[in-house]
Amino acid sequence: MSGKGYVYKNEPLIFELSAPGRRAYSLPALDVPASDLAEVLPEDQLRREPAALPEVSEVDVVRHFTRLSQRNHGVDLGFYPLGSCTMKYNPKVNEVVANLDGFTGVHPLTPEELVQGALQLMYEMQGYLAEIGGVDEVSLQPAAGAHGEFTGVSIIRAYLEDRGEGHRHKIIIPDSAHGTNPATAVVAGCRTVEVKSDERGGVDLESLKAVVDEDVVCLMLTNPNTLGLFDENIHEIAEIVHEAGGLLYYDGANLNATMGYARPGDAGFDVVHFNLHKTFATPHGGGGPGSGPVGVKKELADFLPVPVVRKTGDRYFLDYSVPKTIGRVKSFHGNFGVVVKAYAYIRSMGPDGLKRVSEDAVLNANFLMRKLARDYHLTYDRICKHEFVVSGVRQKERYGVKTLDIAKRLLDYDFHAPTVYFPLIVPEALMVEPTETESRETLEAFAEAMAAIAREAAEDPDKVTGAPHTTFVKRLDEARAVRQPDVAFKGDLEEK
Amino acid sequence: MVHSPYLPNTEADRRAMLAELGLESVEDLFRDIPEKVRFRGSLDLPPALSEPELLTHMKTLAGRNANASEWALFLGGGAYDHFIPSVVGHVIGRSEFYTAYTPYQAEVSQGVLQTIYEYQSLITRLTGMDVANASMYDGASAMAEAALIACAATRRKKVVVPSTVSPEYRETIRTYTAGQRIEVVLAPYDGETGTADLSELEKLVDGDTAAVLLQHPNYFGCLEDPEEVSRLAHGVGALFVIGVDPISLGVLRAPGEYGADIAVGEGQPLGNPLSFGGPYLGFFAATEKLIRRMPGRIAGATVDKDGDRGFVLTFQTREQHIRREKATSNICSNEALNALAAAVYLTVMGREGLVEVAKLCLHKAHYTRERLSALPGFRTPFRAPFFKEFVVSGPRPLEELNRSLAQRRMLVGPDLGRHYPELEGSFLVAVTEKRTRAEIDGLADGLGGLA
Ligand SMILES: Cc1ncc(COP(=O)(O)O)c(C=O)c1O
Repeated sequence: MSGKGYVYKNEPLIFELSAPGRRAYSLPALDVPASDLAEVLPEDQLRREPAALPEVSEVDVVRHFTRLSQRNHGVDLGFYPLGSCTMKYNPKVNEVVANLDGFTGVHPLTPEELVQGALQLMYEMQGYLAEIGGVDEVSLQPAAGAHGEFTGVSIIRAYLEDRGEGHRHKIIIPDSAHGTNPATAVVAGCRTVEVKSDERGGVDLESLKAVVDEDVVCLMLTNPNTLGLFDENIHEIAEIVHEAGGLLYYDGANLNATMGYARPGDAGFDVVHFNLHKTFATPHGGGGPGSGPVGVKKELADFLPVPVVRKTGDRYFLDYSVPKTIGRVKSFHGNFGVVVKAYAYIRSMGPDGLKRVSEDAVLNANFLMRKLARDYHLTYDRICKHEFVVSGVRQKERYGVKTLDIAKRLLDYDFHAPTVYFPLIVPEALMVEPTETESRETLEAFAEAMAAIAREAAEDPDKVTGAPHTTFVKRLDEARAVRQPDVAFKGDLEEK
Repeated sequence: MVHSPYLPNTEADRRAMLAELGLESVEDLFRDIPEKVRFRGSLDLPPALSEPELLTHMKTLAGRNANASEWALFLGGGAYDHFIPSVVGHVIGRSEFYTAYTPYQAEVSQGVLQTIYEYQSLITRLTGMDVANASMYDGASAMAEAALIACAATRRKKVVVPSTVSPEYRETIRTYTAGQRIEVVLAPYDGETGTADLSELEKLVDGDTAAVLLQHPNYFGCLEDPEEVSRLAHGVGALFVIGVDPISLGVLRAPGEYGADIAVGEGQPLGNPLSFGGPYLGFFAATEKLIRRMPGRIAGATVDKDGDRGFVLTFQTREQHIRREKATSNICSNEALNALAAAVYLTVMGREGLVEVAKLCLHKAHYTRERLSALPGFRTPFRAPFFKEFVVSGPRPLEELNRSLAQRRMLVGPDLGRHYPELEGSFLVAVTEKRTRAEIDGLADGLGGLA
């Protein structure tokens, strides 16, 4: 044993804990007459050797995964200022209600009259999101933000095609955009055209005018954008794109900044997606699940994926008869279990609470930005929204300490690092999103750590470039993981 | 005044912070929003509920849904009421896991990264494939992305899909392929067997075909002939993509053994609750050759500075955050926690348990079919071998049957008529290891009275 306290430094792989004959399961005995396997299944379809799954006891399973959980940072352990990801606290009551049997145990193809509670929840959620986003109709089907983007762009293309404008194939994307935006455009069969940001961090209007033409499908925009800056020209941007016959797509990753202050639908956006796992406090699950509902203005409602939940009288039902639907983007009705948590969150915050969420998110970000700006270069010196970007250029130029090193050093101070090297237009970017669920004391402690690292960079740069020093593993060799790929364990198989 | 347990800033904090910023009020922080687009109203949402009020409201909504803890669900069609061992909920309920995000900082994310690596390892062992990714949204979107990868890999623009593939999967494939103008050719099924009509399939598969997509067991529950379809696909240089029920792999041959290039499937049966359709997970496994074309996250083993084993996200140059428009997929957030549930499930069941679950399903399903096909007025139209699900055609519309079964707190379905007009009056019956003999006999009694 070594490392921190009583936890093994290297937790073995579950396969390395396996011993033939151990078991962690308990199943009832067969209570019906057995069929003859050889008779009911063709010989050549039978599996000859069981899959080489581990053989362990329940104690082994629990200790293994519990130990692994301890080798991980999460919001419940501390500050997680990962920009663009809105790592806010995930209320426990939402976990409790989402785990009710009446939600978890419901089969998606149950007759509608027997799932009126689930349908009511979805129907109301569609309405809440439409109100918050300033749009007319909402589909809860997409499973994440990028899935929402794909759904939204598919809706726009179908709408244009329906108007005889199927030739349009260009999607305009600012150079500050998230990677999913251009990737989505290409999956949807379009070509991307990049538009530059101006010196205030917004879309450069002249560059935009230069690229809009009769081939434009839409502009995909995050507002506030990935610099955490609200695009003050949004009205003009909408006019320019609309005049050319294109539409405006809103990437809702940053909605946490403006609830109750601005609605994308009012600002001219035609299609929006929401990230329930960001704005509406559902946990990120170590990478997912998320939920990425899409909202549209009424002209586009005929193209929504099916089914949509509707109501006649006091009965809720799944409507599959959306006339020009794009079809489906996944099975069933979306990530319902995530929707339940987001619904509970909206109900517990209410309209004033949500507005207050955005206020505190923005206040916290500005407060922290001013503190970090003492030691780190602030590229865009103006009021930010819920997040901001500083740069480690000074530290790199003067002391050879890269932003990656600063990020790794933060781990030694028990903080998760901000998002780094994104957005791409800021060199050595550190993108910080504190969220509204952090206290002033936490922000001050983080600012102190960042200041301390800036001092270390000047006085003892090796301490920073060699970080992290206190984590279970030291800096990992990513290049080797590509050069000598090992993405599935084979060690125990070779022994045999 | 807003009081929320999730908002730590007090009025005094706010005042102090604003003062430090040299601002008068919070309003000043929103001056950059032009008046033209500024929302001046109040959001029309219901007023805030306290925690006890919220619990009451949510329990009321939950109370209006028939659910697996009180009902015997013989429902199938892509989601199944399998048993979930208690350990699964315990592990995924650890908030170190569920309040983390994508492991961008590997050194403080070894828990998530190692579990992804173990999940990938488990999936490759189950499917007999070389590599697996960290998860897709669900089985349908995984198959759709497999179709896109096949087109990119072969530089062809056509995929062939038998109509025995789930209608929901096919609709998803259509949506995903529409923008890239990929042709989706539907192949018919054999009305006797309930499986893809291989001679028709052979005619539709040609040198322009990027992939043949098969589901096995198929939407009707019937076993296809993957070996033959694999041969067909490879004969024209197309990829063979198969969607499998992971539980069936306790008794059925692994896709890697019959030459699948990509094996995908719905991972819900592996420790994930029904949840009215999601969140589920799509598993995605492939041959080594395709690793640089895989969508989504992949974890890999490496070493740290001291030479100790550790895990990182790898082959990231495939992904949107690095490659943007040249990425192999646009997926970012995936279904990591559901994949963790699947990893724990497969670990708990282990080498013997998965076989046992599969056999329980198989025997119980066969017993059920025998009972139902003996009922007057009921038929089981397809004669292909099956695993845990099968088609029944009844004497009355499913709606009526279910209304009557509901009195016994039982349900069957879904109905097949909506997607297969020729099967009007037919429906699916799925039988998992959870169904008891008493329930199955009760189902037969219930239906028997309706002829
Ligand atoms: C600005 C922005 N757009 C899109 C996405 C993609 O969202 P998701 O990960 O839910 O697919 C993200 C997520 O990180 C984001 O920050």
